[in-house]
Amino acid sequence: MTTHELVIIGGGPAGLAAALSAWEQGVRDILILERDKEAGGILNQCIHNGFGLHRFQEELTGPEYAGRYLDLVGKTGVQIRTDTMVLDLDERRVLHTISPQYGYEAIQAGAVVLAMGCRERTRGAISIPGARCSGIFTAGAAQRFLNIEGYMVGKRVVILGSGDIGLIMARRMTLEGAKVLACVELMPYSGGLNRNIVQCLNDFDIPLYLSHTVTDIRGKDRLAQVVVSQVDETRAPIAGTEMVFDCDTLLLSVGLLPENELSRQAGVVIDRRTNGPVVWENRETSIPGVFACGNVLHVHDLVDYVSAESEAAGRAAAAFLQGKSPEGPELKLEPGFDVGYTVPQHVHKGAGDVEIFFRVRSVRRNTAIRVRDGQTQIARFRREHMAPGEMETIKLPRVLLDRVQGDTLTIEIEEAEA
Amino acid sequence: MKELICITCPKGCHLKVDEKTFAVTGNACPRGAVYGENELRNPVRVLTSTVAVLGSGAQRLPVKTDRPIPKGKLFAAMDELNKLRISAPVHVGDVLLPHIAGTDSNLVATKTLL
Repeated sequence: MTTHELVIIGGGPAGLAAALSAWEQGVRDILILERDKEAGGILNQCIHNGFGLHRFQEELTGPEYAGRYLDLVGKTGVQIRTDTMVLDLDERRVLHTISPQYGYEAIQAGAVVLAMGCRERTRGAISIPGARCSGIFTAGAAQRFLNIEGYMVGKRVVILGSGDIGLIMARRMTLEGAKVLACVELMPYSGGLNRNIVQCLNDFDIPLYLSHTVTDIRGKDRLAQVVVSQVDETRAPIAGTEMVFDCDTLLLSVGLLPENELSRQAGVVIDRRTNGPVVWENRETSIPGVFACGNVLHVHDLVDYVSAESEAAGRAAAAFLQGKSPEGPELKLEPGFDVGYTVPQHVHKGAGDVEIFFRVRSVRRNTAIRVRDGQTQIARFRREHMAPGEMETIKLPRVLLDRVQGDTLTIEIEEAEA
Repeated sequence: MKELICITCPKGCHLKVDEKTFAVTGNACPRGAVYGENELRNPVRVLTSTVAVLGSGAQRLPVKTDRPIPKGKLFAAMDELNKLRISAPVHVGDVLLPHIAGTDSNLVATKTLL
């Protein structure tokens, strides 16, 4: 068995940022394990721009953003091992890996950062009825085919789900000569960023059908038709509203799932709301010395936020290796009215200022986020606009946390006044 | 008043633009005011795509226009870049095609392939 001080699982934006910040904190034996042929993660296939406005104060494409981090990491002694799959992780921080170059190898890590990212929900996850023909792809798979491998996946396209990847692919397929007939969204609002609706759908006159879903798939070998129906408030299809689209391709952009098989194998406690590990404010999981950051923890809207979170996790992993871990009584964070989840799920009282990330469950205007200590409101943050597609963040200063009486803070949305 | 959603950054401010004076309200930063005015006068977009590349392990090289180009020229630019065959090595920022589609914008590589 070989040993490394810090092992990072995943060489995407989260893993790279965690490695860089741990290096800056003085950790000198850092190994990144990446299963793809190259590091950079999903950024490599996200060739569109809009990355880095927060982190680098300029608008970069995905490959450029990854390139910046790879350049920075390249100047350190951080090792990146590509083509390497982590088969197992246990609670003693032993990793079992396999790769063409090194074969099977067991590694004892002083600390571990989980940075495996997320994967797309598939047709099976949402149980679309109909034929089992070819021509049905997740949007990200189609994006990889097109942008990395250089294959067009179809000519006449319907997109189910208005998440960002679906919207980006609507534009991308259109620019490459395909006809995108419709983008269909089950919910009464889009799950994607506003800017993507404007520049990916509106720019190309692609209709967005809100409160609609795919109710039948027809085709023998290749997809031939998709049936789209309107849904009612309970999201049940309404008979008589069917529209039939002649198409050869259906792209699914129906959500992302943090990829936590390894975390579960290790016994890391998972939050059912985020499908990611339960973490402290320093992104340490329920296993001491095992940290999590990026989309494996909760799905982010912007890579800039992934980098920021991962830098914090890298610093915390370095502190752990240097024998410095946060202490103090536990303060639980509880999602209240219309709040889907919070990250972190608990904090150490006395840890300093804490940033809390969460998503609301519905679109809201002119409302406020409230923080309650028992029945007492201790903070209130006004918001003009909130939507499930946009991650919210609030900062609770140390002075405020020090005054908390109970052991639980509730984060909730104020109900709109009539 | 024309209502727009600003696409300068992912924040997506809801802008209101006066069609006569081009005065913008609802923007959280100065770039929003510039976007709102341009969107009514002459809408522009950065084009990103890929081109064929030879001589490295990769099949495609990601590219972008180094400045936004008029929305109406997007497909003309796609026609031009689809004819390109680039040979590695190529570095991020290398100009692959100057003045794409007759604009003042250059097509540049967004990835280094050695």
